Amino acid sequence: MAANSVYRPGLNRWSILLSVCTLMLVVAGGLVTSRDAGLSVPDWPLSYGKLMPPMEGGIFYEHGHRMIATMVGMFTIVSMVWLARTEKRKWLRMLGVAALLAVITQGILGGMTVLLLLPWWVSTSHATLAQLFFSTTVAISMFTSAWWLAGPTVTKESVAAPIRRLSLLAPILVVCQLALGAAARHKAIGSIYHICGSPIVAGVILWLCLRISLHYSQHLELRRAALTLAGITFSQVFLGIAAYMTRIAYADAVQPMPLMVTFTVLHVAVGALTLASSVALAIIVRRNLSPLEAA
Amino acid sequence: MPEWNLKRFFGVAPLLLLAACGSSPQPSTQTSSSAPAANLPEGKVDPATAGTISGKVLFQGEAPVMPVIDMSSNPNCERQHPTPFRAETVVVNPNKTLRNVYIHIKDGLTPARWAPPAQTAKLDQNGCVYAPHMQGILEGQDLEILNSDPVNHNVHAECQKNPAWNESQAPRAEHKFKKFSNEETIFPFTCSVHPWMRAWIGVSKHPFFAVTGPDGSFRIEGVPPGTYTVEAIHEKLGAKEGKLTVAPSGAATIEFTYGS
Repeated sequence: MAANSVYRPGLNRWSILLSVCTLMLVVAGGLVTSRDAGLSVPDWPLSYGKLMPPMEGGIFYEHGHRMIATMVGMFTIVSMVWLARTEKRKWLRMLGVAALLAVITQGILGGMTVLLLLPWWVSTSHATLAQLFFSTTVAISMFTSAWWLAGPTVTKESVAAPIRRLSLLAPILVVCQLALGAAARHKAIGSIYHICGSPIVAGVILWLCLRISLHYSQHLELRRAALTLAGITFSQVFLGIAAYMTRIAYADAVQPMPLMVTFTVLHVAVGALTLASSVALAIIVRRNLSPLEAA
Repeated sequence: MPEWNLKRFFGVAPLLLLAACGSSPQPSTQTSSSAPAANLPEGKVDPATAGTISGKVLFQGEAPVMPVIDMSSNPNCERQHPTPFRAETVVVNPNKTLRNVYIHIKDGLTPARWAPPAQTAKLDQNGCVYAPHMQGILEGQDLEILNSDPVNHNVHAECQKNPAWNESQAPRAEHKFKKFSNEETIFPFTCSVHPWMRAWIGVSKHPFFAVTGPDGSFRIEGVPPGTYTVEAIHEKLGAKEGKLTVAPSGAATIEFTYGS
């Protein structure tokens, strides 16, 4: 399939730009929730009946989030059209369509959460889909890169340390953990579930990364991807602890405190990076390791 | 304390597959139904026998120091306060009494349908602060909401037993008039443009309620004779209740004590 595709630097750079903008959007969304600004603009899709309301107080965060979201939506349309017109791999064209559907759904969920006054199930879906959408854009960036089109360095999966299934388990667990975190943030459940989930997810990721480091260290791509995921996960655990501690410290605060906002938003953003890097690792593992049965 | 809510925890499971849109928990705009009041007799006060309930809400222990609100995110708000404005979450008066406590007769009244007064209750947004911070209104009474500020606000009534709503109000815009038809003690009004803004309103079925002021006292007049449960509710320190009897044309007193 890769042999039929041509490397298009413009498409790849555009995909990377979309990923970067999506990460910015995740940060902006995290700021809206952390600054309690979710309902500062009561109407949707307009803001105070205008395209550009006065950017004061919470409106700055909520309308700023909407502006970045609009930009990401437009970038996704361009990406989908670009893929549809130039890409030979059908599954990648379909991924572009899926990304567009996801961003449209995300926009509708964003509007619903405003108009329905932040029901937890809409807000949690909105937050979780944001993370999945970011990972999709990262995957598209990978699939359109010269590195991907150069083809894999296939090696056999070790009988002593199989990782193909384990590499799929990691992103699934990360999505569950992100959904629990989002649900806790939107007051659907207590944060205890998210806290209890963290050692499980971190443990599985550590196990996967250790296996790769010990048994597949000769494979550069695998080693780099595993190290990246391990580093991001380590940062994420630290940020989670910091976010929780600042929340306890400022439990009686009458307004969002900057330190609490900073750690919480970083935790949300690095959560997105954790999912994206676990998805990337799963893709790299399944691309480069031939399954045991075939070995 | 984490909120252990297993129902909602398991409700998250569909979200993991992004199928949450298919489930349909109650949105926050749902209202709970109230018993029909139309069949009840009209509530009347007999001046010949009506008594009063009065008292104080005391605060024991060291008064908490409320934080100064940081309004720097909106200079138009900040400019309106020449001196730093402190949060009104817990206001202990100089005489060691507690301000902004909602007091009402919780139980003991003969069921009746009380007509709302013609006078509107007012909630102003002035200096990016709600005034008053706590008040009571009668079911069906008009609540007039003003924006005296030169900035946009959103007014979010976070009701549980009445339909919740969230509306914008431009600088010095037309006043809003709202009614609440179900008894509800107490719920917050918030502004997400200025997240420190918070006011509390208690909606009562009857006119026998009051809010403690700068001397921590309260007085409820025109109370029919009877034995009542009186409840005090503070936004942060919670609810307390006591029993008393109002004799014909009598004056009953009660004190509530909060703090350590």
